[in-house]
Amino acid sequence: MAAHVAPSASTTPAGEFDLIVVGGGPGGYVAAIRAAQLGLKVACVEREHLGGICANWGCIPTKALLHTAETFLALKKGAHLGIHCDGLRFNYGEAIAHSRRIADGQQRGVGLLFKKNKIEHIKQSAVVKRSAAGVSLQLGDREVRAKHILLATGAKPKNIPTLTPDGKDILTYFEAMNLPAQPASLCIVGAGAIGVEFAYFYNAIGTKVILLEALPQILPVEDKEIAQQLQRSLTSQGIAIQTGAKFQSVEKTAAGLKVRFTDASGQAREEVVEKVLSAVGVRGNIDSLGVEAAGIKVERGFISVDEWYQVRDNDGRTIPGLYAIGDVIGGALLAHKASAEGIACIEKLAGLPQTAIRRVDYSTMPGATFCRPEVGSMGLTEDKAREKGLDVQIGKFPFKVSGKAQATGETEGMCKVVLDRRTGEILGAHILGGTASDMIATLTLARSAELTVTEVLHTVFAHPTYAEIMKGSIEAALGEAIDL
Amino acid sequence: MATLIVMPRLSPTMEEGVLAKWTKKEGDKIAPGDIIAEVETDKANMDFPLEDEGVLLKLLVKSGDTVKLGAPVAILGDKGEDVSALLKEISGGAPAAKAAPAPAAAPAPAPAAAPAVVPAAATPAPVPAAAPVVSDGRITASPLARRLAGDSGLDIRAIAGSGPGGRIIKRDIERALSQKNATPAAPAPSHAAAAPASAPAAMFPGDEQVPMSMMRRTAGKRLVEAKQTVPHFYLTSEAPMDALWQFREQLNRAAVASGGEKVSVNDLILKALARALRVVPQANRSVAADGVSDIKHERVDISVAVALDDGLITPVVRNADQKSVGAIAKEVKDLAARGRDKRLRPEEYTGGTFSLTNLGMFGIREFYAIINPPESGILAVGAVEKRPVVVEIDGKDEVRIERRLTLTLSCDHRVIDGALGAKLLAEVVRGLREPMLLVL
Repeated sequence: MAAHVAPSASTTPAGEFDLIVVGGGPGGYVAAIRAAQLGLKVACVEREHLGGICANWGCIPTKALLHTAETFLALKKGAHLGIHCDGLRFNYGEAIAHSRRIADGQQRGVGLLFKKNKIEHIKQSAVVKRSAAGVSLQLGDREVRAKHILLATGAKPKNIPTLTPDGKDILTYFEAMNLPAQPASLCIVGAGAIGVEFAYFYNAIGTKVILLEALPQILPVEDKEIAQQLQRSLTSQGIAIQTGAKFQSVEKTAAGLKVRFTDASGQAREEVVEKVLSAVGVRGNIDSLGVEAAGIKVERGFISVDEWYQVRDNDGRTIPGLYAIGDVIGGALLAHKASAEGIACIEKLAGLPQTAIRRVDYSTMPGATFCRPEVGSMGLTEDKAREKGLDVQIGKFPFKVSGKAQATGETEGMCKVVLDRRTGEILGAHILGGTASDMIATLTLARSAELTVTEVLHTVFAHPTYAEIMKGSIEAALGEAIDL
Repeated sequence: MATLIVMPRLSPTMEEGVLAKWTKKEGDKIAPGDIIAEVETDKANMDFPLEDEGVLLKLLVKSGDTVKLGAPVAILGDKGEDVSALLKEISGGAPAAKAAPAPAAAPAPAPAAAPAVVPAAATPAPVPAAAPVVSDGRITASPLARRLAGDSGLDIRAIAGSGPGGRIIKRDIERALSQKNATPAAPAPSHAAAAPASAPAAMFPGDEQVPMSMMRRTAGKRLVEAKQTVPHFYLTSEAPMDALWQFREQLNRAAVASGGEKVSVNDLILKALARALRVVPQANRSVAADGVSDIKHERVDISVAVALDDGLITPVVRNADQKSVGAIAKEVKDLAARGRDKRLRPEEYTGGTFSLTNLGMFGIREFYAIINPPESGILAVGAVEKRPVVVEIDGKDEVRIERRLTLTLSCDHRVIDGALGAKLLAEVVRGLREPMLLVL
């Protein structure tokens, strides 16, 4: 066995820190802590709140809002369960305040973790500098060097010229989760995860919602069948969904905002709404990083990196000591993807043995959309697997057959698995319904560990659970489903 | 970051190894799974693969050097990296092998780099041998990797793992397959391609899959090769053993009186086989490695099968035809004891010309043994037992009780024909019937 010599944090001083992380979101703060665990002296530059978008403006506060919406809906529809809530009211301001409290708590949590791991939080904006001496960071009026600099500045909403947010009527997700009052109507442009979640939330609390998507399906990265089922479900909940719709313009009128678009059949349409939410996507948060002066390569709004997250210069060569992870390098815009990249990047630069590094396997990266019914997925969609020419075997198991789902009333949706017929490999899994975002972890683990259908079939799943639906889908693929 | 590479444990019993040959030199780029050297261990010559990547900055030992387990043999790092500090550390007698893996709490166990046994005989390896066997001899591979390897007839033990902790995963199988396919089909003797493509055994509740020991894997490979590539035929004969029985009693009385080694029936049979090979030298030969010539042996070196707790080893009694039965008895006793302790040197269990195997002590009457290539035959010995024998006395058939022994000779038909085999076996029987021949 080879003995691995530890990189020494103190012997080759290249400044005060071994590592400076720029950005305190789920990519940056996780990378900083992992580095501290491995013995590096770490600072984290975050000009705003620790925890980043995820904790402050993304995952967590929106989940608080969605939970509010779910609870409200459940109580509203509770009569058949014997729950009668006469005089049930929804107070928008209180719901928003609750979600802000959750976000604040998150922020403090990251601060405590930094203290525990002796990570210095530098509340500053950072600009990347390059000179003959290497890479450094300009933090206000001081220049700081470190052996390694990791950019994890995340992403910000992308604008399209015809839809420029003004923060008041034309919104980004920042404003949409923190409005002074509940809008009577809302048009959401873009039906990715953000668009769909806001559509669900506002529709649930009584706002009239129109959801526009340019592509033929909502949640364009998800399996087509899952997206179609979800679309039917959201439509039946009252959301007006237009897929294949081309947004044209928005105009302020006395009656409200007049939104013009052409629908899938090419017909010009217009709707008047109180607010418009632009959810057309995000781009790398690089505006104040000084990427141009530093000669950092930017591709379609994201920083270009190599397989170990080393930043490339404009000639495509890696820049020694400079790394980037998370939303700022593009790919799937997910907090857990950023965290995973942060850990892999740090373990590599800290010199862990190759086989100990938790290298990111993007083919098992789970995705989730937290509307109801919920979406959780990982791996290849059926279409992608067929495009690759694989010998695909599909298994589906609907929630409505599950005893647990019948008991909870969560009978919408299904679990769909995409298998390799020849090898039993679990190529992908797509769940709509139940606790899909949690359930998907099981099949993600199975794929990550390279279990085949055989191992899953040999595993007993507890009854009555939603989890049984996953096993059922694999049984169904093999034509051996017990309950179908 | 420069790293010390130390001598890995390449066989379960290894305490030191001879660095037989460096297969990479200073300055060579190393990718995970690359073989950097061949190491001679107590069991066989082994490949020494690395799990890491980098540049081989410095070789610390010469070919032929004996290196203790865990002692540094090379330095791996980035190109042009300064290794003086590491060199100082080694010469300063610092416990280099204990250099901490990465700072503080490395989450994963450091990957062990113990490669698979490569059969001592140079078999054409279909894929680069470098199995990530963790120190207890276990191979970790994902279920999918095992299935893919099984489906494509790949030997998973010969594949380097690149997954978490060195686990063999799908990617490694795909890489091995593409390498295998990229290698132009060698003009191998037709047998080489005949990989055992048996269907995987079905697992039932209560079944347990346990990795085979290194020794068993090596033996398994060689036995499959022998049984699939050597055209065996079998000759069975019976020897009267009463004379030998009495002769042995006399010998042992004398041995006890003079403080010499007591002689077993097996020692006498070994001597009888050695004598027969001297009398019938045409049977003492092997097929050469080229497959088109054969080697006539002047020496009569008998391999004796010794059962171990988990496996089998065949130490060799050299020039057995020239040794006294007392000397043979002493030697076999010593070889068997050290074989059971796995303390035999490779030259002590390789290079025989003919084999002897005996299951008589288990009451086996007769059995058919597998030849140990490149040897041309093996004599399988059953139990000496009293049997009714029909003898003709004064023109009348009578049933008498005699000690008898059934012997079965397995022959490689490529070099031993039926008549020649029969002649050899007849000479063995003759030696047993007339034991004085064994001490002449």
